[in-house]
Amino acid sequence: MRSFDYERATTVEQATSLASGQHSMFIAGGTNLLDLMKLEVLTPHVLVDINRLDLHTIERNDEGGLRIGALVANSVLAADAQIRQHYAVLSRALLSGASPQLRNKATTGGNLLQRTRCYYFYDTASSCNKRNPGSGCSALQGRNRLHAIVGASEHCIATHPSDMAVAMQVLRATVEIEQPDGDLRHVPLQDFYCLPETTPQCENQLEPGELITAVHLPAPVEKSYQAYRKVRDRASYAFALVSVAAVTQIRNGRFSHVGLSFGGIAPKPWRNLEVEEMLLDEAPSEALFEQAADCLLRDASGHGDNDFKIPLTKRTLIAVLNDAARAGDIE
Amino acid sequence: MQTLNLRVNGEMHELSVDVRTTLLDALRQHLHLNGTKKGCDHGQCGACTILLNGKRVNSCLTLAVMHDGDEITTIEGLGSSDSLSAMQQAFVKHDGFQCGYCTPGQICSATAMLDEIKDGWPSYVSASLTDTPELCSEEISERMSGNLCRCSAYPNIVNAIAEVGADKS
Repeated sequence: MRSFDYERATTVEQATSLASGQHSMFIAGGTNLLDLMKLEVLTPHVLVDINRLDLHTIERNDEGGLRIGALVANSVLAADAQIRQHYAVLSRALLSGASPQLRNKATTGGNLLQRTRCYYFYDTASSCNKRNPGSGCSALQGRNRLHAIVGASEHCIATHPSDMAVAMQVLRATVEIEQPDGDLRHVPLQDFYCLPETTPQCENQLEPGELITAVHLPAPVEKSYQAYRKVRDRASYAFALVSVAAVTQIRNGRFSHVGLSFGGIAPKPWRNLEVEEMLLDEAPSEALFEQAADCLLRDASGHGDNDFKIPLTKRTLIAVLNDAARAGDIE
Repeated sequence: MQTLNLRVNGEMHELSVDVRTTLLDALRQHLHLNGTKKGCDHGQCGACTILLNGKRVNSCLTLAVMHDGDEITTIEGLGSSDSLSAMQQAFVKHDGFQCGYCTPGQICSATAMLDEIKDGWPSYVSASLTDTPELCSEEISERMSGNLCRCSAYPNIVNAIAEVGADKS
């Protein structure tokens, strides 16, 4: 690991000020950052430890939803009574990710910022436009079993690894960000991540020195069906090949609310408004689900090893929609 | 170099470390507590599992300097050779031992896992998110999934944990 200066912040103001330098990074749980620093994929000159900041609580917000502090541990969030009762999809997604030891350390803010597990991003001897802009993409012609089938570009086909973010997107979460001048801004999670296009090294909307301080969830969709279905190579402790987060509601035999979000298939948590609109106000049927899945995957393309993800995504979505239909009107 | 204080297995220690020192390396190389093992060093194998303020974590993926003032329990703090903890005794009774590399992390992990169940924390395989989880073998396997090595003894590990869990409840 390269050497760095270690600073411990005790206020948000101090943290954003310390991290405004070009080679500074925040460290919270550190479960992904230290892994990457050991491999010298990341070599920050300054690490700003934010663990002593007062961002560890889950509170009601003004919209009847929840404000989740950026330092709430993944395990604590998954086990929170309100999350389990009203935002089950988030609890399920968190519990499907990593291991208990990692979830005890990993934080809400850090999880949103975790980096892709693309093998070539991790291997400093390989070309990677995300790690080393302009060097090329070894995954395009290489091993790409984990890689994207939608939203990728000829410069990068890496996927975003977070399960939590997929569930937060389906719940219409907003990211609260404190700027170095002390102002707050709120970015819908759906707009927080960038597609790779020609600049895969730019992954999200954060500017230098900006700190995620919380994630806000709006009031829950009452009496909804919520599920997180994750398909992976092992039964536990593996990243998603494909995952589907769903929040649906059926009234009088028709979908009265449809939220769908997808993991493992794109450079960011994936959402397709056309698919949701296609299902809304319609009666569930196998034909409708086929049509929705085909719409989702209309522009999908594989890169060899990951071609299987296209039919797998289709089948996973249809399975989740069938489960939602079976759950029916929830009273 | 940075100075920090750690309470390890009930005893205070003042350490002076390079900021790059992981908590795992501080325990092994500075405090000579070699029970905690360095396996993959990337959070994947669970051999370095310790209890940090009562919760199980991978000590390889955190820096010692981040834990000034924290309370740490390693395998050496759970029991001694003439006074084994209930989990250590159950591992002996059920022959739940691996080569020795993974066992300390597995025992720390299993010990903390029973507290998580007692607190009602669900897991990925819990049928209900709101009911109290049952200590069945499916739950134990899922909750031990962060300790990857199961070279030989895994049904015996599950049996050992189930027995201690049943005694506790």
